[in-house]
Amino acid sequence: MSDFEPKIVAFLCNWCTYTGADLAGTSRLQYPPNIRIIRLMCTGAVDTIYVLKALIEGADGVLIGGCHPGDCHYQTGNYKARRRIAILKTILKRFGYDEDRLWLRWISASEGKLFADTVTQMVAMLKDKGPNPVKQLWMA
Amino acid sequence: MDGLEGEMKMKNIIINVEKGNYIESINNILIQMLETGFIDAIMAPKKTPAGDSYSQSLLRDRSLFDGINPFAPTMAVQTARLLSEITTGPLDKRIGVVLKPCELKATVELVKFLQINLDNIITIGVDCAGTLEVTDYKEIAQKKENTYYDALIKAAAGNVITSIDDYKIRECCQICSDPVPINPDISIGFYGYDLSKNILLTVSDKYSDEFKKELGEKLGLKHSDIDTGKRDTTVSKIKEDKTNARSKLFDELKSRTDSIEKLLNTLSTCIRCHNCMTVCPICYCKECVFKSAVFKHSPDQLLSRAKRNGAIRMPVDTLIFHLTRMSHMATSCVSCGMCESACPAGLPISNIFSSIGGDLQALFEYIPGKNVEEAPPVSTFKEEELEE
Repeated sequence: MSDFEPKIVAFLCNWCTYTGADLAGTSRLQYPPNIRIIRLMCTGAVDTIYVLKALIEGADGVLIGGCHPGDCHYQTGNYKARRRIAILKTILKRFGYDEDRLWLRWISASEGKLFADTVTQMVAMLKDKGPNPVKQLWMA
Repeated sequence: MDGLEGEMKMKNIIINVEKGNYIESINNILIQMLETGFIDAIMAPKKTPAGDSYSQSLLRDRSLFDGINPFAPTMAVQTARLLSEITTGPLDKRIGVVLKPCELKATVELVKFLQINLDNIITIGVDCAGTLEVTDYKEIAQKKENTYYDALIKAAAGNVITSIDDYKIRECCQICSDPVPINPDISIGFYGYDLSKNILLTVSDKYSDEFKKELGEKLGLKHSDIDTGKRDTTVSKIKEDKTNARSKLFDELKSRTDSIEKLLNTLSTCIRCHNCMTVCPICYCKECVFKSAVFKHSPDQLLSRAKRNGAIRMPVDTLIFHLTRMSHMATSCVSCGMCESACPAGLPISNIFSSIGGDLQALFEYIPGKNVEEAPPVSTFKEEELEE
């Protein structure tokens, strides 16, 4: 498994986690380069369809990062995201899709270290799990 | 029999069925509703001229009442969708709408999603023993006319109906746990009664006693208190039997679809016609993402996907279509089974959606169709929940 480099698609909210990622960079914190960041204004804008597209068509994992509960720039977007992700995880689990490949994490703009640690942990976990089996199914 | 008294709450009215013709007895009341101006129009299933199927009709002229059957043996369209159509603009006439239990549940969900406005709508919920596929009923109707009637009599006495004259009733009906409509304005029921003699009419508690009295007088209803005492036990027995059948079927389905590969095997004949989405009452979006440019792929995209996986199935996007639709609507799935009836490939799509719907509804302690005031899971949240 050692030469397997997982691909992570990350949906990060503009106000907290994306800024947290920026802080990790400006603070020169090291974390694995396996992550492809898509910046959104809010995790509340993450429809399950984007996540599924990634999880079915090439990603080994998806990370969704937003403001801590109560801190949403738009008041309630992250609460709505939390429900959507819970719905999606229930569905994935039901059909035997390893729902641990989908992470929802609250990382604020000041938590650059937490962002770097989260990515490091997620990459380690995915290296352990190996490539996402679903992305190779021709019937999907 | 006494006339309606001021004190009487007109909760239950027993209608006597003349000469075993239960349809005529109910229709007489519906006609009275029209004639006295209690409603200006009625939407109800009406036998088509060929006599071998039923269609929903919006009826205003009493002379065309012939063929109206509130207990129609088929459900060709989900009436909730029609109700959405006729209440999109201002409605200054009052319409009585006959709804089977799952149609009423879908109606309640669509009210929550602001797709139906119930002002000026009187919901008339009817007991349901299950419906036949439209194509099956066509064949039955050509053989014997009364087969469905006989089945209703048996159902009323507490028997679970799974097939009629060698034709299975729709599978979702065989496992339906709501044989009785939930909180309609007016309900018409047969469970616990001898349908050849009596029918039960109930008016919602949301109306004042005065209103009920006035309605009763208008419709010429006489209070009668033939309470067989069997209704509650009959309904709960049917619910229990069907819920057990449901659990058994879903357990078996779960083991057949417990991996993505197995799910894809189950969906292997899906032709991406989107019929399931088109007929689903909960899929109300006017512009669905799957019909948008997002899902029109360029040749380059398709070829690079084919290169990545070695091959891709055409047409593409089976898995993403079903899983996305599920994540969008299954929290409000009312298990009406229209998706499965509309599927040209015969996929067990209703069972899949209904069972995952059950899991999701349990997660949010939500019962679709139960309470019009309760927000659906996808449009609300709690601050403390779902801790990771």
